[in-house]
Amino acid sequence: MNYPVAIKNVSKSYRKVKALSNISFEVNKGELFGIIGPDGAGKSTLFRILVTLLKPDEGEAFVEGYNVVNQFKEIRKIVGYMPGRFSLYQDLSVEENMNFFASIFKTTVKENYHLVKDIYSQIEPFKTRLAGKLSGGMKQKLALSCALIHSPTVLFLDEPTTGVDAVSRKEFWEMLQRLKQQGITILVSTPYMDEAGLCDRVALIQNGEIMEIDSPEGIIGNYTKNLYKVKTDKMFEIINDLRDYQYTDTAYRFGDSIHFTSKQENPDSDELLSYLQGKGHDNVQINEIKPDVEDCFMALM
Amino acid sequence: MRGFVIKEFFHIFRDYRSMLILFGMPVVQVLLFGFAITNEINDAEIAVLDYSKDNITQEITNKITSSGYFILNKNLEHEGQVAEEFRKGNIKEVIVFEDNFAKKLEKNHSAQIQILSDASDPNTANLLTSYTSGIIRNYQQQKFSEFSLPVEIKPESIMLYNPELKSVFMFVPGTITIILMLVSAMMTSISIAKEKEMGTMEVLLVSPLKPWQIIVGKVMPYVLLSFVNAITILLMGFFVFGMPVQGSVILLLLESLLFIVMALSLGIYISTVSSSQQIAMLLSMFALMLPTILLSGFIFPIENMPEILQWISHLMPSKWFIIIVKDIMLKGVGILYVWKETLIIILMTVFFIFLSVKKFKIRLE
Repeated sequence: MNYPVAIKNVSKSYRKVKALSNISFEVNKGELFGIIGPDGAGKSTLFRILVTLLKPDEGEAFVEGYNVVNQFKEIRKIVGYMPGRFSLYQDLSVEENMNFFASIFKTTVKENYHLVKDIYSQIEPFKTRLAGKLSGGMKQKLALSCALIHSPTVLFLDEPTTGVDAVSRKEFWEMLQRLKQQGITILVSTPYMDEAGLCDRVALIQNGEIMEIDSPEGIIGNYTKNLYKVKTDKMFEIINDLRDYQYTDTAYRFGDSIHFTSKQENPDSDELLSYLQGKGHDNVQINEIKPDVEDCFMALM
Repeated sequence: MRGFVIKEFFHIFRDYRSMLILFGMPVVQVLLFGFAITNEINDAEIAVLDYSKDNITQEITNKITSSGYFILNKNLEHEGQVAEEFRKGNIKEVIVFEDNFAKKLEKNHSAQIQILSDASDPNTANLLTSYTSGIIRNYQQQKFSEFSLPVEIKPESIMLYNPELKSVFMFVPGTITIILMLVSAMMTSISIAKEKEMGTMEVLLVSPLKPWQIIVGKVMPYVLLSFVNAITILLMGFFVFGMPVQGSVILLLLESLLFIVMALSLGIYISTVSSSQQIAMLLSMFALMLPTILLSGFIFPIENMPEILQWISHLMPSKWFIIIVKDIMLKGVGILYVWKETLIIILMTVFFIFLSVKKFKIRLE
């Protein structure tokens, strides 16, 4: 019962569209918990229920032991929330945004400066700039600083890295790792599968249902199939040719290659090679590789 | 709370459009309404039909023509000429003295003057007759103040071509009403809708702020700015158009404050039912501005409206406020004369505050 975040059988619908169905999980104290799924999977709905902005249709959810429906006032004092959309005042400067968010939580930037120092110091040189004129990465840093300024015990970050460049994304995750070390429980959602490996545990979510909850290693460990990376010099036709192949289980694009799994118990890559060569592909490379979270996600779908 | 108000001021002062609405519009509106009406009062041409031709009618005529507002165009001999002169369109008013004017005044202490005016231009007609009656009243006071018995010259004004017209000399009361309504209701409704649209409301809700704190924080700056506006309009009315406040200025300002709070609560209510700035703007425009202008009696006299519209006009807060402002500014009455209208506005305020606090969503749905 003493989980910072606990969800039991939560369902939520918007009119006829089912956004979440029968979601249950717990997050441990000080954990960096990732909710991974494509757009429209129900991530934002789940976050809004947890930060008391929406009521679940069925089931219960608790944050630090408080019920999100009856005790929403308590929850609103202790959580930090960063919505999916940039939600600061664009016509206020960096400093003014910070001061404002500190003031509505009855604290000051000075008082809690140590909490945000690591992050805020990076954007402090631009503190007189209007928030609307910041770059994407700097906006995220400011939003995170504002969400942290009142020393929350649980942090909810809804797609913090969407629309942010690769370097800033990497920096952002490093900041989250450091925050975790301060003992803050962090829930973060992302559509990027490659970020899953940076979490302690992840929940894979699709069409409002959780498919699997485990550590990234655990999820990959559960992947039992042999996965092949296929490359030829006719990458345009290959996907159709593979789909016509009698043993193909899945074949999907992954970067500049194709990830392939076979229906065969013990897949024979030589047979695949000759099949592709028969279809007119040259320079065929077939290598067995280790799966990552995205492969697991595809396998679960 | 303090932080919230400061933040709100930043929003207002950094958006040149809201600054324009807040401070440009009152000035422009007062000048527009003011000059559109006042320009024609100078040197209006009139005719006099004097059946009496005695020293008193002569004195009154001189007094009127020397006032600066009127120029004597023609002396008429008989009634038939009146219609003819009006049709020529040169004169705007005819003053008719009954026969044996001075004698009747001496014997009966009462004599009659008829003021005929061309009401095809109702505003001007109204102004002219009220100016003329004013001059006559003034003359009467000066001339007969030493008399022991009350002496009465009865000016009877008749509006030709538009007989039902009632007084609409009220551009200052009307403009104050419109500006306060616009600034208070529209600006607050837009600014709350903006928080929703930009997603910042989501962050505000997930904070210890209570609904009333958000509302009061939003509203405070607008109360101040609207109040400054009300004072600006009164000062302009006085200095540019020479329209003094006959009654208590403090009472007038207090009533304005009450009306501002009413408009703000209405604005908050609008914002609770609109999800975007555009919707808030349209709702304010159609639900507030047009009725305020059209149904409050500011431009069209309520007495001339069909009964249904008259009934609807009772629901317009602005109608009651215009009555209050007019009574205080023009008639110089105290609270005892406008307590009913004040009470109506207070009740409306309470109603809208109750409604918006009830409607204010503590969640997103």
